[in-house]
Amino acid sequence: MAEERSLHSVPPSALAILIVGLCAQGLWHQLRPPPEARAAALPSPPSAGSLALWALGDPEALARLLMLWLQAHDNQPGISLPFKDLDYDKVVGWLGRILDLDPRAQYPLLAAARLYGEVPDEAKQRVVLEFVYRRFLEDPDRRWPWLAHGVFVARHRLHDQRMALRFAEALARYATGPEVPHWVQQMRIFVLADVGDVEAARLLIRALLDSGRITDPHEIRFLSERLKSMQTPSPDPPPARP
Amino acid sequence: MPPVLTIAAFTMREAQRNRILWLLGIVVVSSFGLSELVGEVAITEASETKSALLAGFLRFFSVFLVALFVTTSVVRDFNDKVLESILSLPFPRSVYYFGKLIGFLALAIFVALTIAAGLLLYATPFQVAIWVASLMCELIIVSTVGLVCTFSFHHLTTAFSAVFGFYILARMIGAIELMGTSPLVPAGKPSQEIVNAVVSGIAFVLPDLYRFTQSRWLMYEGVAWADLVPIAGQTAVYLVLLIGVGLFDLYRKNL
Repeated sequence: MAEERSLHSVPPSALAILIVGLCAQGLWHQLRPPPEARAAALPSPPSAGSLALWALGDPEALARLLMLWLQAHDNQPGISLPFKDLDYDKVVGWLGRILDLDPRAQYPLLAAARLYGEVPDEAKQRVVLEFVYRRFLEDPDRRWPWLAHGVFVARHRLHDQRMALRFAEALARYATGPEVPHWVQQMRIFVLADVGDVEAARLLIRALLDSGRITDPHEIRFLSERLKSMQTPSPDPPPARP
Repeated sequence: MPPVLTIAAFTMREAQRNRILWLLGIVVVSSFGLSELVGEVAITEASETKSALLAGFLRFFSVFLVALFVTTSVVRDFNDKVLESILSLPFPRSVYYFGKLIGFLALAIFVALTIAAGLLLYATPFQVAIWVASLMCELIIVSTVGLVCTFSFHHLTTAFSAVFGFYILARMIGAIELMGTSPLVPAGKPSQEIVNAVVSGIAFVLPDLYRFTQSRWLMYEGVAWADLVPIAGQTAVYLVLLIGVGLFDLYRKNL
């Protein structure tokens, strides 16, 4: 037996309804206003309690989901928002909540340091750097790369040597695990030299070399040369032209 | 009573026997409790948070409930030979179709009105009236799509999956269209042109469900009856189209 009957078995009224419906839908589709792109403002982060509730016992999965959502917030359907238009207090609030959900994740701090921290707005860069600094102190041996980047941003972008020195000293003091490379501790030396405290930098290099913790010959040679250059008085500047 | 209304009444009675009203009541009360709990942990805008969560969840649940009932009811008619029994009577096939459709639409309206009672705790009657009127339109479309899909697929799993796929796609299609015109998408590339054409083709046959039943109508002031005009228009147009497709399919079936 055939699955379908012939078209003649369909009453003309049913066919008419189908054709009218199809034409009306086509007309409606043409006349409707196009979908409207609306920039949705970043909401305030919810409390840790409500996030724990929505995590359904799997906070790491929710953290990853929220991170992707937050990261994609600048690229909403039909509209692209520059990072500098985002409310950075809220951004940092969300990053903090995500980090609370999954403290071992590096993603929120990477996004803070390398994504949101790259915005050409000094005040917003400072908000992000202070966030990275605060959260570094909770787990220095794991989170040192992001504060090390913070030292670079403070030193070369913000030209705030005090901030760079504070970050570098925190790195030297707290990031002392076996996995942390030596240059992280050495950052303090170069920042000290930058702020003009050559004597302190020189003492630090000497102490580092004497401690025996540095075994790589290239690293020892580099630090020795650096120490020597600090001991050699810099040549006098050329006389100004009349 | 005209046979159309008899079939509609039996469809409603079937919903009653399936304990759908109990299920609806239990879910409305329990979701109310859950939204109260979540709202309590909100730092600010607790009432708005509660209404948004409750409205979002109940909208999704009502679509799920109506779609599941429509598909199971028609599949049962196929399996129990109810359809053949009715078609053996001296009525045109359209009587069965419209009888079932009226029964499902009545259920959809009943579900929407029951949900409205819960929402009155968080929003003004005017806001709830507009939101629920839009939900009725949404459920009318979903139940009619359910009828069409079940006539086409005959099996519960495929029919229900098709209805839900349709619903999700119709809710997302506005955002998908916008993504195609995003400034980040390279314009002029042939692959992109093809994708945009496919998306436009899909959007052509889908209703604008992404404009329906917005939670913000319950949360903020500024909603007006005029907001319902395009929704009612789209519902009327799409209902005619779906009735045409459903009748065409039913008349061509060799039962």
